[in-house]
Amino acid sequence: MTMATRTPSRTTSRTATRFVGRLGFVVFITVVSVFFALPMVWLVVAPFDANPTMSVKWPDWTLNNFHRILENPYAFGSIVNSLIISVGVVALTVILATLAAYALSRVRIPGRDALLYGLLLLSSIVTGTAAMVPTFQLISALGLINTQLGVVLVMSGGLLPTVVFILKDFMDSVPKSYEESARLYGATPFQILRDVVVPVARPGIAFVAVWSVVQAWSNFLVPFILLRDPTLQPAGVLMYTFYTEAGQADLRLIAAFSLVYTLPVVVIYFLVNRKFGFRFYGGIKS
Amino acid sequence: MVSTRSVTGTGVVRARRNRADDVAGLGRARAGVFVAPALLMIGMFLLFPAIWTIYLGMTDFRLTGLAAAHTSFVGLGNFTAAFGDKAFWNALQLTVVFVALSGVIGQSLLGFSLAWSLRRLKGWVRTLVESLALAAWVIPGSVNAFLWIALLDRRDGTLNTLLNTPGTAWLISYPMAMIVIFNIWVGTAFSMQLFSSALSSVSPSQLESAQIAGASEFRQLFDIVLPTIKGHILTNTLMITLWTFNTFTPFLLTAGGPNRKTEIFSVYIYKSAIGSGQLGFGAAISMIMLLINLAIALLYMRVGRKR
Repeated sequence: MTMATRTPSRTTSRTATRFVGRLGFVVFITVVSVFFALPMVWLVVAPFDANPTMSVKWPDWTLNNFHRILENPYAFGSIVNSLIISVGVVALTVILATLAAYALSRVRIPGRDALLYGLLLLSSIVTGTAAMVPTFQLISALGLINTQLGVVLVMSGGLLPTVVFILKDFMDSVPKSYEESARLYGATPFQILRDVVVPVARPGIAFVAVWSVVQAWSNFLVPFILLRDPTLQPAGVLMYTFYTEAGQADLRLIAAFSLVYTLPVVVIYFLVNRKFGFRFYGGIKS
Repeated sequence: MVSTRSVTGTGVVRARRNRADDVAGLGRARAGVFVAPALLMIGMFLLFPAIWTIYLGMTDFRLTGLAAAHTSFVGLGNFTAAFGDKAFWNALQLTVVFVALSGVIGQSLLGFSLAWSLRRLKGWVRTLVESLALAAWVIPGSVNAFLWIALLDRRDGTLNTLLNTPGTAWLISYPMAMIVIFNIWVGTAFSMQLFSSALSSVSPSQLESAQIAGASEFRQLFDIVLPTIKGHILTNTLMITLWTFNTFTPFLLTAGGPNRKTEIFSVYIYKSAIGSGQLGFGAAISMIMLLINLAIALLYMRVGRKR
């Protein structure tokens, strides 16, 4: 900074330095905020614009664009498909992971820690992209190509290691005194899990459930490879078809559909973020 | 919850706890039954595909045509074909550039700078900046890709309006630069959050005394902060390397084009295996990708253990 003359008192130069630092900070934060916000502005305004274009402009307000979702033969169905797939993935992963995590938390099976870390390692190596070819062949061989069951199974297999890992950590911190007394009253281990442990561990289970929903809802690659029939495809794949298929893209439909598809995960995510604090785990987000 | 956590501190209590771990009387056999379904799913849909790739990569399996009916064993033929394929080296080279620029440099630096400049802020500015970065991470990939297609559109794109560069086709003239910037935009939230929590572990009293001693912000950064969060930097770098290497989202933006200029490894696999139906060949290059992933993960575990 203005260090040419050494005579001015040190306080002036320090104030100047601080001022420049402050200015730099403001400029940096502004530029970065604009960088992040700029692409998203379209998503906020275009769905409500009677004549949306690719550009961002003050909209000619309307809600009619959302009718397009109902008029399109696949749009509404794809949202339903996304729901079916997400619910399937969550149900399968949460139930299997709860059983496994509870047993791993309470019983010292030999090699338990190695198993847990091995699974985590496996899920970070065998990603959706790296395993797309063998997965496609496996699902074809099982006759599950073009079925939502195939998609649910593949996604659940990919998410399970992480979910088991998080839940096991959580179960470790659940007090065992309730289980002891339930056992004194003659409850079977499964009853104890269902009636005692699950209710106590609800926050942890809710967290992994939400995490799995976000992963399944946003996943593009797995359904893109395994589902050919547009009546079965989830919203993420259909969205891609909307803007890549030949002909003029229907921007009213795309704008409204993007918002309807995006809003649920963003809302869920920010609610969970507020409640549990931010946590990232690996996974098949692609 | 709190009480169990707090007693683990002393060895005696821990030993007693271990004996009383199995409070529900599960027993090893039943524990095995509880774990089995999850392991079966993982074994079937995660482990088995990975192992099967080794075999598939040595066949000439095809989606359609003659070889679809009569698959034969070709040994290492697919691998030699891949190493002789110009597109393979092109993909590898692009991937290295993509991972280095968008992941290791772009996301890490921007994420750290954000975490560093926001560290003492509370209130709406911080919430706003963090929420914007997070939103980019959470919005589904196919929507994100379209938002960028709109932003970069040749005719009406917002970028051309702002820069006053009408008619510039960003995705055709600068495709690689665009997917790099796109990926920085999508993924910076991770580094930002990770460094944010790392910076809160740096002792404030140490920074204070450095400040009193007259150390500049840069000196504090290099002498105190960076050495303290070395572990986080390592975790961040390796996680990001793995994710950026495995991302498929750039495909939604450019589909590998124009002219294979953005055909990173994941896109190359998709196009050769599922796009053109050479599943055997695709399995062989998937195998290479799995090995690279394994190498990154093992490197991480090794360096992590040494610390």
